[in-house]
Amino acid sequence: MAINVRVMKRPVRKSSYVRATLQGMALTFRHMAKAAGDRSELTIQYPDEKKQLSPRWRGTHVMEKHEDGRPKCVACGLCPTICPSNCIKLVPGEDDQGNRYPIVYEIDEFRCIFCGMCQEVCPVEAIHVGNHYENAEYTRTEFVYDLDRLMRQEHPVTLLWDPSDPAGE
Amino acid sequence: MMLQAAASRLHEVSGTGLVVATALKVLGVFTALMVVVAMLTLMERKISAWMQDRLGPNRVGPGGLLQPAADGIKNILKEETNPAEANGVFFTLAPMLSIIPALVTFAVIPFASPLRVGDAVIPMIVADLPVGILFLLAFSSLGVYGIVIAGWASYNKYALLGGLRAGAQMISYEIALGLALMSVFFATGNVSLPQIVWAQQSMNLWFALPFSVSFFFFWIASFAETNRLPFDLPEAESELVTGYHTEYSAMKFSMFFIAEYAHVLTVSALMATLFLGGWDIPGWQGDDMLGFGPGGEWIGAQPAWWKTLLTLGAFATKTFLFILIFMLVRWTVPRFRYDQVMDLGWKIMLPAALAAVVVTAATVLALDSLGEPFVDVGPSGQLGGITLWGGLVLTAVNAVMLVVVLWVMDRGRVLTGTGSAEEKRRHAREVARARAQARRVPVGAASQRVS
Repeated sequence: MAINVRVMKRPVRKSSYVRATLQGMALTFRHMAKAAGDRSELTIQYPDEKKQLSPRWRGTHVMEKHEDGRPKCVACGLCPTICPSNCIKLVPGEDDQGNRYPIVYEIDEFRCIFCGMCQEVCPVEAIHVGNHYENAEYTRTEFVYDLDRLMRQEHPVTLLWDPSDPAGE
Repeated sequence: MMLQAAASRLHEVSGTGLVVATALKVLGVFTALMVVVAMLTLMERKISAWMQDRLGPNRVGPGGLLQPAADGIKNILKEETNPAEANGVFFTLAPMLSIIPALVTFAVIPFASPLRVGDAVIPMIVADLPVGILFLLAFSSLGVYGIVIAGWASYNKYALLGGLRAGAQMISYEIALGLALMSVFFATGNVSLPQIVWAQQSMNLWFALPFSVSFFFFWIASFAETNRLPFDLPEAESELVTGYHTEYSAMKFSMFFIAEYAHVLTVSALMATLFLGGWDIPGWQGDDMLGFGPGGEWIGAQPAWWKTLLTLGAFATKTFLFILIFMLVRWTVPRFRYDQVMDLGWKIMLPAALAAVVVTAATVLALDSLGEPFVDVGPSGQLGGITLWGGLVLTAVNAVMLVVVLWVMDRGRVLTGTGSAEEKRRHAREVARARAQARRVPVGAASQRVS
C-alpha cells in the first residue's frame, strides 16, 4: 500500500529559504537576548520556589479528625463503593454505643486516579483529597496509606467545585 | 629613524628560548583549547536554553559554570559498555582518530600578534608551517575517518548509516570548501595563515568583503564539515538514534563530543583568520605586522606585549562571533533531508563555487592587465597581494554574485521540498504517457501485419 502524503503545492516564487531562515534566526536571537543571563520569567525554580496550587487541585488524601483524635469517618462504606479505581479498603466496626468506626481504612495512592469522588460522596466530610503533590517513597507498599497516616497529613484539603458557584467566587 | 633602529635590534627567538617558548605555546594553546571546548558545551546548553525561554544548567557552581567539570567527572567515572559484536581495535581507535585531528588543526592558526620579550620576538602561532591551510584541510578531512570507522566498528545499523552519511557529506562539501579558499589564495599568493592576515592588514580590507561569495560558501561548507545542524545527518537523532556514536558511552562518547566542539572552534577561528582579518584590529595601523622577512628584517609595525594582548582579544571576539552564529543556526534551522544535502553539495555549491572562482580569477587578471597590478605589498618585495582598489572592484563584483546566489537560493529552486519533487514526478509520468500514446500502433494495423 502506498503511503499517502498530503503535499502542499506551493509555487516557486512564493517559497523562500534564505529569508525564512533569517527571520527564524532573528526570532531565536530575540528570545535569547530576552532571556540571557537567566532572566526567563517562565521558569519556576522548583525546589527553591513552588507554584501556587489551585484550591481545586486534587492530590494526596487527608482524613479529618475530631478534637479527641478519632477519625470523623463513620464507616458508611460510600467511598469504597463509588471509587472508580477501587483503591479504598474499608473494614467497618461498631463500638458499645452503636457508633460505627473504621477498623481498617487504607487508600492505595498508586491505584487512585484522584477524581475526588470519595470527598464528594462522604456524608460527614471525613475523607478529602488535598493540595499536595510531593509524595515520593522508597517502596511500593508505602504508598498504601493507612488510617494513621491519612490523619497525620497536614496539607490543606481540596475545595470541590460547586455547581451553584461555577467560578468559585 | 628611531623605529628603524629599534627594528634592527629585534631578532627571532632561538636556541633554548625557542624550545621553552614552543613548549609553553603548545601547553598554553592545548589548555586553552580544552577549557574553551568545555565552556562551549556549557555555552551551547545555556544559549539553547535562553532561546527556548529556559534557564539551562545553573546548579553546579555560580550560574552553572562548573557544569562542564561535573560532566567530565561523570564521564570519566561512568562504566563503559562495549558491544559484544563490535570490532574491539577499531571501536577504541575511532574516538582517538576523531579527536586528534580536531585538536591538531589549531596549531597553524595565528591567534595574536607576535610577542616581544626583550629583543626576542615569539610568533603567536604554535607551528608556522609554510603549507598552512593545506595542512589544516588535510587534517580536518582526517576527522571523517574517525566517524566512518566508529560507524563501521560499532556493528549497529544506525551507526553504520551515520558513518556512511558522514563520509558522503564530508566528501561533497570538502570540494566547495577548497574552491571557496581558492579566491583567498588569488589575493594573497600564499597559503600561510600569518601572510593571509598580513595581506588583509596591508590591504586595509578584510577578505569577507572582496570575496563575499567565497565567504558565504565557506561558511555553509564549514557547517557541513563540522556536522552541525542543519547538516547533522551523521547523528540525526530522530532517524538514526544518534548515528555513529550510538554505541559509545562514557569517555569515548565524550571524546567525540570534544572533537565536535574543537572542530567548531577551529573552523570559527579559521573563518575569522581567512575572512575577518584574524587578529587584526580594524582601523588601527599599530598592529599591522608580519614578522621576519627572508633577510631577517622586521616587516610591519613594532611588536609589544600589550599589542599581543589586544590582538588576542580581537581574535577571540571574532571567533566567538562565529561560534555564536553556529549555535544560533543550530537552534533555528531544521535538519535537511539527505537528498537535499547531496543536491545542495553537488548541484549547487560545486558549480556555483567553481563559477565564483572563475569570475574572481578573471577579475584579478583583468585588474592586472588594466594597470592595477597584483602588486607586492610587503616592503621587502617578496609578498604578493592585491591593492585596495583591486579589493574594492572585487567587492563590487562579488556583491553582484552574492545577490544572484542568494536570489536563486531564496526562491526555493535550491532546496526543493517534497511538493516540487511530487510535481516533477507527475510531470515525468505525463511525459511518459504521452510518449507511449504516440508510439501506440493502431489495433487494425497490428493485426494486418500478423496475418
